[in-house]
Amino acid sequence: MLGEGIIKGMAETARNFVGSYHDPLRLTTVEYPEAKIAAKENARNFPFLVFDGDDAMKGLRCVACQICEKECPPQCIFIVKDTVKKPDYIGKMQVQPKIFNIDISVCMSCQICVEVCPFEAIKMDTSFELSNYDRFGGLLLDKHQLARPNGYYHKIHAIEAEEVDARLAAEKAKAEAKAKADAEAKTKAAAAAAAKPPALAAPVK
Amino acid sequence: MIGDLLQGLAVMIWKVATDQPDPKTDFLAVIPAGIQPVVSAVLSVIPILIVFPSLFALTTLLERKGLGRIQNRLGPNRVGPFGLLQPAADGLKMLTKEDIVPRDADKLLHFLAPVVLLVPTLLAYAVLPFGRNLVPVEIDAGMVFFFAVGASTELSIFMAGWSSRNKYSLLGAMRAISQMISYEIPLIISTVPVIMLTGSLSLVEIVNRQEGFLFGVLPRWHVFTPWGFAGFIIFLIASLAESNRSPFDIPEAESEIIAGHLTEYSGFKYALFFLAEYLGMFAMSGLAVTLFLGGWRAPLPFLGEVPGYMWFLGKLMGLVCVFIWIRGTVPRLRVDQLLNFAWKFLLPLSLINLVTAAVWHFSVGWSFPGALPVRWLICAAMVAAPYAGLGRALTGGGKPTRRTYRFAE
Repeated sequence: MLGEGIIKGMAETARNFVGSYHDPLRLTTVEYPEAKIAAKENARNFPFLVFDGDDAMKGLRCVACQICEKECPPQCIFIVKDTVKKPDYIGKMQVQPKIFNIDISVCMSCQICVEVCPFEAIKMDTSFELSNYDRFGGLLLDKHQLARPNGYYHKIHAIEAEEVDARLAAEKAKAEAKAKADAEAKTKAAAAAAAKPPALAAPVK
Repeated sequence: MIGDLLQGLAVMIWKVATDQPDPKTDFLAVIPAGIQPVVSAVLSVIPILIVFPSLFALTTLLERKGLGRIQNRLGPNRVGPFGLLQPAADGLKMLTKEDIVPRDADKLLHFLAPVVLLVPTLLAYAVLPFGRNLVPVEIDAGMVFFFAVGASTELSIFMAGWSSRNKYSLLGAMRAISQMISYEIPLIISTVPVIMLTGSLSLVEIVNRQEGFLFGVLPRWHVFTPWGFAGFIIFLIASLAESNRSPFDIPEAESEIIAGHLTEYSGFKYALFFLAEYLGMFAMSGLAVTLFLGGWRAPLPFLGEVPGYMWFLGKLMGLVCVFIWIRGTVPRLRVDQLLNFAWKFLLPLSLINLVTAAVWHFSVGWSFPGALPVRWLICAAMVAAPYAGLGRALTGGGKPTRRTYRFAE
């Protein structure tokens, strides 16, 4: 009969109205500045730079290869290479960025920089309280503001960070094994060389 | 002189608060005879200007809180305790906002529209009996006055839509006109049975005719009769449409035409429109209370000592809460659904209701055994059967029909 659906709907909304007073679980919203809903694992807004260890500038994974700068669709990344090199996580000497700026007023959160980075150096952040009184300078973040410890990365994207760490550890182990093998080969060659000289010298005579 | 004035004022407030007749006489006795009529009129107007706009402020908060709870949210709770100062914050915001007038607008009409809207809305309160002895103007044709004044709000809505020189404003205004004219008819016809059975157009007389109790408990309100119940429901639906409230908020449907005739209004003019809309809703609810819910009369015999205006305000707020409840439940209608509903359902139903009222009126003298239940049954059937039949006709037999598209499939 006409009006049946309206009666049912009115009963439903009345249930919601009464229920929201005695059952706090019904309330789907939180009172924002006091309470916050934790970000989801795959949440993202703007990129940040990961560093290992305690010193942000020493442990920065970025090697200033400028791939992200070239790939960035809205071109919000600006990188200048430093002339001084520093060792990376394996111990190999690498270039480091002198300037690494991201203009988050231009950034469109596409995550392409993260996808293309071969060094796991740039990741997406989830923080959203970024309002600022200076809309030009305040939203242009330099490498000091962008640097976040690996622990922070673990905190916001736990599963992804585990994978990254495992991959880096595997690479490091491989590199170390290779270095060891190289060193062994070298010592073997040296030993062989030490043993051979008389034989080699003979034909010269 | 000043002392007498203050004393007269105190007596007047005391008399109003305790429901006594002629509260104004003591105060007016101090005033020079020449300006007595003017002062008397001002004394009647001031309480209306204080009570109903403050009720409007309260209702905006109540509405936002209620809608929030219906949607399992908290609603505004930041300004003051429980958000009680929210209306003050809203008012300040409205007052300090820039008042924008479009360059190509008809400036005079654009300015006049909110003012012209507010005047008839406030005038409608002149004939409502708020309490036992509280009627601003007691005229014999109170109902005619109410509807005559209420119908002129359409003019100012069209003024607003036309003068803004904006397609959305004009569309909204045209929708408002078609809606209001369609719903004015069932609105007025649904009140005709009340006039037929009370034999009076005076709202005071209509309230007086609803005095007393059936079997000592059931008040003799019109809503507790078959024709009164049907009339009340039709009146309620039509008054929802008249006051542009959801589900009939087609003239200002924000998802379709931005805000209809309000699109080009900002700041205090917008607030005036908003105020007039709510005042119109209160006046409609007040008339519904007066016609069908016994006006200021108490619902139970032993509650008769409570002042009448308390009952009036209580019933009015109850209706407003129902309006808010409906707004939180029912989605907006399409224009064709709205007009079909008015012309194919509400109008025939209200016309049939006239016949029901006539049967009720002429069967009052029946004296055979079991006359009362028979009379009730006949009238109830005369309400229920057309409702079911017209409902089936309107919805296509109750079964959802598959929509066919000529070009989209």
